Amino acid sequence: MCLAIPARIVELDGDKAVVDAMGNRWKAKTTLLPEAKLGDLVLIHAGFAISLVDEEEAKKTWQLIAEISEFQDTSNKVSG
Amino acid sequence: MKQNTRNMLDRIYKAQNLMDAACEALGRQINIMEVCGTHTVSIFRNGIRSILPKNLKLLSGPGCPVCVTDQGYIDTVLQLADRDDCLIATYGDMIRVPGKDRSLETKQAKANVKVVLSSEDALQLAKDNTEKIVVFVAVGFETTAPATAVVVREAAAGSIDNFCILSGHKLVVPAMRALLSGKNHNINAFLCPGHVSVIIGYGAFAEIVEDFGRPCVVAGFEPVQIIEGLCEICRQLSAGKAKLKSIYSAVVTEKGNTAAQQTIDECFEPVDGYWRGLGKIEKSTLKLRDKYSRFDAFERFNITETPGEERKGCRCGEVLCGLIEPPECGLFGQNCTPQEPVGPCMVSSEGACAAWFKYGQEKRRKR
Repeated sequence: MCLAIPARIVELDGDKAVVDAMGNRWKAKTTLLPEAKLGDLVLIHAGFAISLVDEEEAKKTWQLIAEISEFQDTSNKVSG
Repeated sequence: MKQNTRNMLDRIYKAQNLMDAACEALGRQINIMEVCGTHTVSIFRNGIRSILPKNLKLLSGPGCPVCVTDQGYIDTVLQLADRDDCLIATYGDMIRVPGKDRSLETKQAKANVKVVLSSEDALQLAKDNTEKIVVFVAVGFETTAPATAVVVREAAAGSIDNFCILSGHKLVVPAMRALLSGKNHNINAFLCPGHVSVIIGYGAFAEIVEDFGRPCVVAGFEPVQIIEGLCEICRQLSAGKAKLKSIYSAVVTEKGNTAAQQTIDECFEPVDGYWRGLGKIEKSTLKLRDKYSRFDAFERFNITETPGEERKGCRCGEVLCGLIEPPECGLFGQNCTPQEPVGPCMVSSEGACAAWFKYGQEKRRKR
């Protein structure tokens, strides 16, 4: 449940963002990470950006997630 | 072979060799507890247990939010789901946890239980269903709590009065303290959670190292990081040291996400709370502060949280404390399976019992 997913902020209006991970796009908020900017890579958990993350770390995590067959459903998943 | 794959394998072999040497030098059984469901799953999925030295045992501790949630809380959610004026908004895995005589899944047929992916979705549900009181089943550790806090603030600002939360949010460090304060524990060190630490910072575990003399190492979720984390712990133990260390520097800092911490602190206060297996732990559960009490489902429906009884034969509590391994439970694999779970550790995909059931069979046969 505490797994966060790296994604890139592709739209940002105030604290409302649209994020992208491997072509999956969904809505998220940057309320908890006020310094986040358009184009930043962030960790998303339960619909919120919680940390900045570098490109290399994000790629490693995406590779890991890609192994999980159900990735289509995990864009914003927080299943326990 | 790609260069980075080769580098990763080199790191794994190096850590494995160092870990083997440290454990051989120790010459006694050591137990390391992971306190994160995602670590548990990664350890099993990647077969990490199969490469560990013989005298090193991993214990899956109270790191899965669904698993640590007390039965009394589950039964409260089910009672609220019975009310025609309520709409229950919950993260997916909670719906299959059995209560006294049923689970939310059976209630879902009544269409008053909705699975949400975020706290924002739960608030939106309240905006879209003004004739109902939307109760958000707010479980999870420090990673998840700030997301709940934000929507409570939004509900207050927008006067969305048909929204409330049943806070079962838990704090990791008080649980670790409780485990180490128990008489029968056998924990030599902790592999600390990665994404909880993004929020609270690795510095939060300093008190465990100082007060209990147990090594605490924060690691990410890749196999190489987990093995390096375990290696670091073994080397500390072998050198007779207990230190705090993070090897997840890509996202974890000493102080953590202060904006998220302030958000939690502004909305919640830590109170005594019940945990499955661990009982009542001082200042371990987050309760909404008085100024937000109208969004507190406990207040709104006048519910007093009482500890629930575990279902007959279920030993999830002992599993969560690292006192037994799942196959030692009489129900495991026979009367309790992921298809027909009795306890939450078999329900949640991150539960120790579910991981043992899914990945542990082969290894047990070899023993």
